[in-house]
Amino acid sequence: MILRALDLKSQIFLAITLIVAALVPVLNLYVPESSAFHVSSFAVALFGKYLTYALLAISVDLIWGFCGILSLGHGAFFALGGYAMGMHLMREIGDRGVYANPLLPDFMVFLNWKELPWFWHGFDMFWFACLMVVLVPGALAFVFGWFAFRSRVTGVYFSIITQAMTYALLLAFFRNDMGFGGNNGLTDFKDVLGYDLQSDTTRAGLFALSALALAGGFLICRLVVTSRLGKVLVSIRDAESRTRFLGYRVEGYKLFVFTLSAMLAGVAGALYVPQVGIINPGEFSPANSIEIVIWVAVGGRGLLVGAVVGAIIVNAAKTLLTGWVPEIWLFALGAIFIFVTLFLPKGVLGGLSAFVDLIGAKTKSKSEAKGPSSTAPQLAE
Amino acid sequence: MLRTLALSLLLAIGLGGAAAAQSLEELVAALPDGGYDDRAKIVRAIAATGDPRAIGILEALSEGDIQQLKSDNSVVRVQKGGAGYLIFDPVTGESRGDVKRRDADKVKVNNGLRREIAAVLGAMTLMSDDPNKRLEAAVTAFSTADPEQIGALDAAIEAETVDKVKKALRDARAASIMKSGASLEEKQEALDRLVGRGDRDALSIITAATQDKDPAVAKAAAEAQEKVERIRAMWSNAQNVWYGLSLGSVLMLAAIGLAISFGVMGVINMAHGELVMLGAYATYMVQEVIRNSAPHLFDYSLLIALPIAFCLSGGVGVAIERGVCRWLYGRPLETLLATWGVSLILQQTVRSIFGPTNKEVGNPSWMSGAFDIGQLSVTYNRLWIFVFALVVFGLLLLILKKTPIGLQMRAVTQNRRMADAMGVKTGWVDAMTFGLGAGIAGLAGVALSQIDNVSPNLGQGYIVDSFMVVVFGGVGNLWGALAGAFTLGVVNKFLEPYAGAVLAKVLVLVFIILFIQRRPRGLFALRGRAVEN
Repeated sequence: MILRALDLKSQIFLAITLIVAALVPVLNLYVPESSAFHVSSFAVALFGKYLTYALLAISVDLIWGFCGILSLGHGAFFALGGYAMGMHLMREIGDRGVYANPLLPDFMVFLNWKELPWFWHGFDMFWFACLMVVLVPGALAFVFGWFAFRSRVTGVYFSIITQAMTYALLLAFFRNDMGFGGNNGLTDFKDVLGYDLQSDTTRAGLFALSALALAGGFLICRLVVTSRLGKVLVSIRDAESRTRFLGYRVEGYKLFVFTLSAMLAGVAGALYVPQVGIINPGEFSPANSIEIVIWVAVGGRGLLVGAVVGAIIVNAAKTLLTGWVPEIWLFALGAIFIFVTLFLPKGVLGGLSAFVDLIGAKTKSKSEAKGPSSTAPQLAE
Repeated sequence: MLRTLALSLLLAIGLGGAAAAQSLEELVAALPDGGYDDRAKIVRAIAATGDPRAIGILEALSEGDIQQLKSDNSVVRVQKGGAGYLIFDPVTGESRGDVKRRDADKVKVNNGLRREIAAVLGAMTLMSDDPNKRLEAAVTAFSTADPEQIGALDAAIEAETVDKVKKALRDARAASIMKSGASLEEKQEALDRLVGRGDRDALSIITAATQDKDPAVAKAAAEAQEKVERIRAMWSNAQNVWYGLSLGSVLMLAAIGLAISFGVMGVINMAHGELVMLGAYATYMVQEVIRNSAPHLFDYSLLIALPIAFCLSGGVGVAIERGVCRWLYGRPLETLLATWGVSLILQQTVRSIFGPTNKEVGNPSWMSGAFDIGQLSVTYNRLWIFVFALVVFGLLLLILKKTPIGLQMRAVTQNRRMADAMGVKTGWVDAMTFGLGAGIAGLAGVALSQIDNVSPNLGQGYIVDSFMVVVFGGVGNLWGALAGAFTLGVVNKFLEPYAGAVLAKVLVLVFIILFIQRRPRGLFALRGRAVEN
């Protein structure tokens, strides 16, 4: 079944990801700095971050590219996963905080709290935190989706209320009373599972883990979209009413894929936090969530690999431009939004494969079908 | 004159006949004679003359500035200066040269006498000829609520002709009664008066009275307290409703343009908030020009800014429609993303030109200040924005119902293809609708510049809220936007006292998300085949 799910392109992608997962930490840790092949620790941290973004982008592509659900609130699931991991890291600081309180994180001592809020219990155990990383975003997505899909909230309406959801969470997490550190969020992490977060080894390990998670997430999504269920999803995307009339329970399919996607986003968030060292309510901001969508659009909807490519291209551009001429970045991002939607509806990868097909068709003088890229969406809405 | 007479009568009550018929000059001359008791009598007698000059003399006496010259035993008023003291005639104020300090003796005043003077002076200001001074004195009397002043207040009430002052005096009297040992009936009457007043000061006096030694008074006070609290609760509800309506009018201004473009074209304009921001910056520019070249026009700056903001935002709106949205019809999600891109560019453009900091936009004189209705405080800028929102709503309704373009808009909203088939130029209608919606966003910007910070982020703060209004009210329906905006505004303001501003907003968002479950197409949904796709 797994083999059937992997066409040539997917195999290439997985192979590259796994090689990167193995090679980059080695190049970072065991190749001397003088060597041309050395990868700096800075680059490892940066690309580790991009990998978690890529996983997040895949989760959005799964619902948008294959099921036509445009969520403008996926940043919320990412941030919730991040907060779950952040809570564990906070508990792991123990009495090494500024106030040296063995039980309470610094910000609670600062707020004069006497005991740990109930929802912080259990997060001292790593396995529990990992469970929550998946369960909390999943549960929110399930409840939210159950309400939304059942009453057939679709299209832009759904986009808007997901945006409202993440906005509501943003406001809520800004409050000190919520018990998540308010404005400052969670930070000052020391180590994870006893490994120092500042050390190169840990960072390289987190990088490898992120790459593996990306490969795993990709595999899961491939399995979903190549299965019978995936075909139903595509039909929902292209003609929801017709699919319903054919006897499929559209709500169920949507709910499943939405929840799965939220869980993947949560995992991405959990891997993001230890690498960046902070999680704050800013991650919930609606602008962040819209940016995720544009990663997918840039790379190409409904290709999965496209989402990864898009996330890396846009974020690399962001890193370069904000370091270079900060004022230009928002112009550039705005231009990307407009350009991609107007001129590159299939994204970079979609456009590229169409181009390659065109060349191929000319040289071979064949009028055969487009091949693997036929899984690309027809962008019917 | 009546007032002077009343004062004389009042003060004469406490007097022996001895000093009664003397002139002010004679009384002043007599001040140094005898002990403090005698002096107190003379003070009362001075006040009883009702002479306006008496106030100055008594104040000077209290300060120790009334002195007796050793040379001729005459009484003078002194002021530091010259050889030691400059001296004046206490009654006429005529200068009489200067003396050394040692040449004059103070007319001694003790604390008891000072109190006496203060009381007499208080009574005299209650009798002042200037109604504003009387009102001020009455307010002071209310807050001191000294039982000693009841007599003076009675006399003042008797003589008072201005209703407003009379009411204040009665309130002061009631407050004083509550602190005195008056009978139950009198206190009951006073309580009723205080209940009628019904504000926080009255409440605190009544609350203090619930601890009265007399259980009957305490009981009456407790009842009165309950009544006042009910009245205050009512007013605070009224205040919340007003705040809610005010917030609602702002939301409506921000959302109504969105509602029509969403309704007609089914696309979401994520740059709507930035069009609002452009309107606010247009106001800023207009005010800058006026400040520099024609300051006398400042009060008209908003009226001048309105058409400019409308044209600026409307123009940008038409450009967005022709340049971006037109190519994406039938793909609402892509339109959403593209307009978001536009919003980023607009935001950054404004930030590059004007800088990221807040810009100062002034209130014209007719928009600053506030007035009270009962316990309700209404600021003029909120009131005008409320009126403005309703006017914009009315105009828009008129355009949609009575003009050809409105008719075409409604036709396209209901069934685009059918309208197209009937010869409506749908592309042109789209551009006009989008432009109109954007123009209204500009008008909203002018209004918002009066109550919010004008910064490049201005639009961001309203975008989610205005979407909520549109989604809640129902798409493509002006009445929906109106009802949605005011409902959300009022609900928000009623939740705020219980939950805090932020949580109230969160609750409202959750409420809308749940509401969408019941009515997926909003309060005022379009019915029929139009809703499909």
